[in-house]
Amino acid sequence: MSNTTALETKEKKRSALRSELLVPALAVLSGLILGAIVILVSGENPLLAYGALFKGSFGNPLDLIGGLQTYFSTGETRALLRAIYPFTESLVTATPYIFAGLSVALGFRCGLFNIGAEGQFFIGALCSAFVGYSIQGLPMIVHLPLAILAGALGGALWGMVPGYLKARFGAHEVVNTIMMNWIAFRLSDWLLNGPMKSSGFRPVTPNVLATAELPRIFPDPLRFNLGFFIALLAAYAVYWFLFKTTLGFEIRSVGANPDAARYAGMSVIRNFVLVMALAGGLAGMAGTAQVLGVDHWVGQGFSAGYGFDAIALALLGKSHPFGVVLSALLFGFLRSGATNMQSMARIPIDIISIIQGMVIIFIAAPDIIRWLYRMREVKKEETVLTRGWGS
Amino acid sequence: MTNVLELRGITKRFPGVLANDKVDISLREGKILALLGENGAGKSTLMNILYGLYKPDEGQIFVREKEVNIEGPNDAIAQGIGMVHQHFMLVPVMTVTENVMLGIEPVKNGFFLDRETVSKRIKEISDQYGLEVDPHAYIKDLPVGIQQRVEIIKVLYRAADILILDEPTAVLTPQEVEGLFKIIKTLIAAGKSIIFITHKLKEVLAIADDITVLRLGTVVGSIKPEDATSEALASMMVGRDVNLTVEKTPAKPAETVLEVEDLYVRNERQHLTVQGVSFNVRKGEVLGVAGVQGNGQTELVYALTGLLPFESGAIRLLDESIHRAAPRDILERGVAHIPEDRQRHGLILSFPIHDNLMLCTYYKRPFAKGISLQPQPIFNNAEELVKEFDVRTPSVYVNAGTLSGGNQQKVIVAREFSRPIELLIASQPTRGLDVGSIEYIHQQIVKKRDAGTGVLLVSSELDEILALSDRIAVMYKGKIMDILDADKTSKEQLGLLMAGVHPAEASKN
Repeated sequence: MSNTTALETKEKKRSALRSELLVPALAVLSGLILGAIVILVSGENPLLAYGALFKGSFGNPLDLIGGLQTYFSTGETRALLRAIYPFTESLVTATPYIFAGLSVALGFRCGLFNIGAEGQFFIGALCSAFVGYSIQGLPMIVHLPLAILAGALGGALWGMVPGYLKARFGAHEVVNTIMMNWIAFRLSDWLLNGPMKSSGFRPVTPNVLATAELPRIFPDPLRFNLGFFIALLAAYAVYWFLFKTTLGFEIRSVGANPDAARYAGMSVIRNFVLVMALAGGLAGMAGTAQVLGVDHWVGQGFSAGYGFDAIALALLGKSHPFGVVLSALLFGFLRSGATNMQSMARIPIDIISIIQGMVIIFIAAPDIIRWLYRMREVKKEETVLTRGWGS
Repeated sequence: MTNVLELRGITKRFPGVLANDKVDISLREGKILALLGENGAGKSTLMNILYGLYKPDEGQIFVREKEVNIEGPNDAIAQGIGMVHQHFMLVPVMTVTENVMLGIEPVKNGFFLDRETVSKRIKEISDQYGLEVDPHAYIKDLPVGIQQRVEIIKVLYRAADILILDEPTAVLTPQEVEGLFKIIKTLIAAGKSIIFITHKLKEVLAIADDITVLRLGTVVGSIKPEDATSEALASMMVGRDVNLTVEKTPAKPAETVLEVEDLYVRNERQHLTVQGVSFNVRKGEVLGVAGVQGNGQTELVYALTGLLPFESGAIRLLDESIHRAAPRDILERGVAHIPEDRQRHGLILSFPIHDNLMLCTYYKRPFAKGISLQPQPIFNNAEELVKEFDVRTPSVYVNAGTLSGGNQQKVIVAREFSRPIELLIASQPTRGLDVGSIEYIHQQIVKKRDAGTGVLLVSSELDEILALSDRIAVMYKGKIMDILDADKTSKEQLGLLMAGVHPAEASKN
């Protein structure tokens, strides 16, 4: 083939990518519009609400300018740090979302529905916390990786069990990951009230040692830490693994057509176990990032729905690692800004759940979006060009 | 004579494709119109328009010289148009009567299903047209040929007098085809008009009153069967001269490559579908396995390729047993497999062509170094194979699902032929393909045979079996009825064996 056709194909790929991004973008926009209507109906001012949401997630631009001026004139950083605080908090919120979203997305790529990210998150957090507080006298360069590894392995084990049950007995992973969630919740209840309980009154673990903490980038109270960058690295690693290696090729083949994968000599069941273990490890890392980077201890209800939101954002990100990063950032900004919206504009935080719900419905039923925005031509074009990009 | 149905200037565009371009066809009352064309010629689109499933962009439909507007199947039925689909729309666990009344269930006493009236009417229809269908039989107990008659009854019950038969002979034995033709003649005698869609030239010549040939969405010509020959029709369909007979020299069989001994296989539902099959395939010969679909051929091939474990017996590949061998193990010993269902097993439709062309060898050099895939060799391999095997595609980056059936099959053939092989297992290698692709794939199979590969050809198309095989095994109900030399057998003899009758017994009766 000549180079021109190769170029044309690249161009086609690019336009396919554009239309691939268009639907999620419009879904988010429509979600926000519908959210505004809900706010309006409940008797509040949507502009005020979204203004507070924006300030809560990105920060106030005026504060930022002021902060920069102070910094350049006096070298004083406090105002500047206060100005970027909301933005860094959004990134902090996005970090476990990235890990958990990658977990669910990886499962989707292999045709597996990992509803167990929630439990894997919890187990990962507990394992990291345990290594973090119980082993003493290690230098950070050993202790921190060890604590991270513990979280990843704990999650991997939690994911591997349903993977193995599916491979060996054909037991459906949806049922078994849900069961594993309940085991994780109850197990953590026991651990937090017994073996792992700190000396205090509340059922929480002791704080992890400073040598096991993910280093923070800015001084307190900014909680932005190394975890965010590890999450980005993980996203790239998953991308590379899925699309550039033979193992990823097998996983995608099994996900796209298990019969053809078997015909081609791939072991479908081995891939089920492998993917569930890797997905569990990623979800475990989400818990790890949260405990080592943000909270430093684990308490009851620690997973806080991250694992379930992860399903939504894997769908929103079309099960692509980079799409997952984008949707995790979106969720991070929405969630983080919502707190401010509640305190400043007195709009209940639940409105964010409504917006998220709307976005997911639009992603799950993209025809609504295409109909709303009269995208009929794009649709036909898209079905030909981009089959297989999604889940 | 009047035209009972006329399509005028039908145009249907899909994005990037002109599926029908100003198509005119007319069906004379009480006649059989054969609609002939390759896959993708626009036959199905045209019939879907007629049946109300698509809306044409331009054009008019006339039924009995009145223009009609068909918005859906119900409108079509109201106009007396009935369709017998290639894939039957029957519920296996229901009786014939229940299937026929499905969707228009009559009730008695305001509440109860009135099966009696329906079954009486079915009996009448059955007697009138010589269909011989028992209204109380369950669909799952009926052979395919009878199931097709149930489909015809469904259409007649709804008082259709224009019947569309979509590839009706694809699933039938030669004897069943004859039976169907008899029924068609009875229907015509009773004043029905029929559109017969097919790509089988001999059938068209045998039964049609008028022939209309479609190519690339346009009518390339209408012709009477008495003025046509198979060769002429084929070149009209394809747009160039086609070689219908496969040219091959006598086989030079060498040592045995595959030996199957007393093989028993259970299918996924635990039915014993292969029962004591023994045969061997030698290098440089084609062993054809004939038989009506569903007589154990599928499971036999699955067992040979490791997709299904076998119950008992032995399979030896180059003198080595492959008991419990995994598919990859068998693959690596030099077995190529063209699977029966190309979209289920043969391809990953959502993957680009270049990935499909290395689906079985992705883990080997040059496609991978360690676990890292190598895009350049993958691309180069695809470029070469696409050129060598004449796959018609805009580029190797497009997904396999966007290709036509014939080109999808060429991708599979290219992939399987591109690695060193000792045995080729080709299962229904040309099913649903157009004449041009069939010709090409047949030539490739013969070429492989001549290069010394052993070939096991499984096909329910007798013409294909006869054209390619050196020896022919006939399968019936999981057993091999007989293995014959191809040049010492006839279609009739094979047809009887396919129906489970030994010719010797038949002549006695």
